[in-house]
Amino acid sequence: MSETLNRETFKPVIVGAGPAGVRAAQTLVRFGLRPVVIDESSIWGGQIYRQQPLIFKRSSKELYGFESGRADSVHQAMADILNQIDYHPDTLVWNAQDHELDTIHDGQTSTTPYSHLIVATGATDRVLPFAGWTLPGVYTLGGAQVCLKFQGCAIGKRVVFMGTGPLLYLVAYQYARAGAQVLAVLDTSSLSDQVAATPRMIAQPGLLAKGIYYVAWLRTHGVPVHRSIQPVAAKGESHVTSVVWRDKRGEHTLECDAIGFGYALRSETQLADIVGAKFEFDPAQRAFLPVRDESGRSSIPGVYIAGDGGGIMGADASELAGELAAFALIADIDIQLLSPTDLQHIQTLKSRLTTSSKFRVGLDRAFPFPENWADNIQDDVIICRCEEITAGEIRHAVTELCALELNRVKALTRVGMGRCQSRMCGVAAAEIVAECAAIDIKEVGRLRGQAPIKPIPFITEPETLSVHKQGER
Amino acid sequence: MTQLISTDVAVIGGGIVVASAALALRRMNLAVTVIERDVCGSHSSGVNYGGVRRQGRSISQLALSARAHEIWSRLESIIGIDGEYHRSGHLKIARSQADMASLEIYREKTLAYGMDLQMLDASDLRKLYPWLGDRAIGGSLCPEDGHANPRLVSPAFAAAARRAGADIREHSRVDSIEKDGQSFILTTQSGLQVRSAFVLNCAGAWSGKIAAQFGEVVPIEPIHPVMVVTEPLAPFMNLSLGVEGGGVYARQAPSGNCVIGGSRGFALDDIRARPSRSAINLVLQQTVELLPSLRHAHIIRSWSGTEGSLPDKQPVIGPSKTTSGLIHGFGFSGAGFQIGPAVGEVLAELVRDGRTSTPIEAFAIDRYL
Repeated sequence: MSETLNRETFKPVIVGAGPAGVRAAQTLVRFGLRPVVIDESSIWGGQIYRQQPLIFKRSSKELYGFESGRADSVHQAMADILNQIDYHPDTLVWNAQDHELDTIHDGQTSTTPYSHLIVATGATDRVLPFAGWTLPGVYTLGGAQVCLKFQGCAIGKRVVFMGTGPLLYLVAYQYARAGAQVLAVLDTSSLSDQVAATPRMIAQPGLLAKGIYYVAWLRTHGVPVHRSIQPVAAKGESHVTSVVWRDKRGEHTLECDAIGFGYALRSETQLADIVGAKFEFDPAQRAFLPVRDESGRSSIPGVYIAGDGGGIMGADASELAGELAAFALIADIDIQLLSPTDLQHIQTLKSRLTTSSKFRVGLDRAFPFPENWADNIQDDVIICRCEEITAGEIRHAVTELCALELNRVKALTRVGMGRCQSRMCGVAAAEIVAECAAIDIKEVGRLRGQAPIKPIPFITEPETLSVHKQGER
Repeated sequence: MTQLISTDVAVIGGGIVVASAALALRRMNLAVTVIERDVCGSHSSGVNYGGVRRQGRSISQLALSARAHEIWSRLESIIGIDGEYHRSGHLKIARSQADMASLEIYREKTLAYGMDLQMLDASDLRKLYPWLGDRAIGGSLCPEDGHANPRLVSPAFAAAARRAGADIREHSRVDSIEKDGQSFILTTQSGLQVRSAFVLNCAGAWSGKIAAQFGEVVPIEPIHPVMVVTEPLAPFMNLSLGVEGGGVYARQAPSGNCVIGGSRGFALDDIRARPSRSAINLVLQQTVELLPSLRHAHIIRSWSGTEGSLPDKQPVIGPSKTTSGLIHGFGFSGAGFQIGPAVGEVLAELVRDGRTSTPIEAFAIDRYL
């Protein structure tokens, strides 16, 4: 089947080596292509199946729990194809232009041409600030999980987890299992949200059961779970010493030395934006996302979006989406390359993705975005921590300077102009603008993508060798 | 539904020239309607480098530039914010004796304009600006030139015009302009019909189309200057910098971020532009030569915009030669921010008096007709 696939003609590039990127690479290899896989991490697995440093020897069961089977499978899939791909770990894609990606690795810049591009850039925590969130000791849920998974350390000894989303309970469970004292789980969503969502989540009973298991485990191990809460503040002088929240019974304070918080995830879409993909507003995720068909084709021919980078779908669905995007790529080269078995398999992948998206609807229902978040944020709360821009400054731009669109608010206030380029503050800033202007979040628009996707140094040495392969591990 | 507006002056555009013209016209008690396709100060007036300099301009611009210099000195009282305007001084760097010689010639030609240019040699530079790289062997300092934040200044200028009574219509793209006897009728896509005695054509890179409608075809081309900005750094650069013969230009904003411009990007469409790979790489390279201390700094952002440029790099300012009541002010070729406020006043004088006290003959549109 590979006779028509000339490796010189087709140079597919995959950005990201998480579940989506790995499955995409594996599928392309199967068709005789030699994809380039570029990843920011030093080893594949993505955020969810992040691998520990080589000198660490924890078992995969210890690291990934219920997911250890999936994690092992993704890790092994990549290990098996390492000599059939060009793998560039520790490499940041910071720009793209004219079918070439600009990358930087170890201080060296280079460009990587592509005939086809699979964007599997994943997600980051969706952050909604609260008073005191910039105090040392306050982490995002994802950050708290990385500490544990990668470095094998905890964010504190007496920890509170707050926010909402499936990660809230998972991380609390992982911390408690690892021996940290989890003082409480504070969920902004309600029990009735979770009950109402159950029928939809039955679509994937396995995942639902896991969710229920974490909550039950936490309860039986004496970890209080409070629902329908509203974060009030993290308190402390030079480090967090307590968390304050509110519920219908009043305001509560709990002493702690660390807080992990977050509200599910947001897609990393800058690369899709820079290559020119069309975006549309997705009401379920309250975000502008690259438009893609059911196989992951973006609006740009030859550019595919797979996994959380095109909309939050979770790790299992991301594997399916990565494989599907690779099949779409092969089909776009020549549909004849696909055998009847492949076509049948594609149908299976699609129907499994549909099932998974039903579960996703249930998850969004179970852990709804706190739409009243912006109403409760006081003017002095910092929204953009890079530039130290407060909610009040954003509101001032709306009410006094008549800025109703996010790029304009950015221009007038500097919100989103700092090192993180709005990855951390963009969601919250948009919510504040929508609340203050009393307009729909969709009308606020989205910040234009700008190179570099992440900061790059002035001094870069042009690379002489275009390929730096990862040795066998 | 069409909304009918009757006004003395319809101004097309929303940049710093427009806002300044609208303010001046309001001070003359004339009715003004500003028609801006997007939002005021969102294109070259708002996304430029932020240089507020007289040094380096053609001699023909210096009278205008001097007039603007005086306006800038009153900026806060005019627009209500300081706009981060700072008279830091502007240093034009020489990298060779030939550069020094041409800077000296320029200094002699500009003596009448009160710029007080001071020639500095290598030892002066090492003493005064130890952070400059070795490639700089001397330079010319204009002590009262400086820089400002265009993101803040240009929208604030428009807000000031609005407070002064200008009718500012944003998100209004002009669809057609007709001349009906003594008055113009402008129709916008947003459903406005504006009738006016005068039209000011100040639509930046898009002004050429309007001039052409009245039989005045000028060779205006869009250009896309590229800017990059560093992470915030401890203050060290107490100057705005340029290089004789071209190259990068740099300043440090009060927030600590260094803004560095140079080279050109590319158009994404008629309106939007983006820095090119080659431009970013060139700027990174040349900056390190000029400012070695940035070697280990990071750039966090880059951008470009769309500006109208004419072959002689001089703007078109003055009355139309074909149509009475039409007055042009466009094509600043990447250097309109400093003189913009003066150009606005000049355009207002042309409306009221048919003449202006500031020499603008060099910018007449018929040099291209």
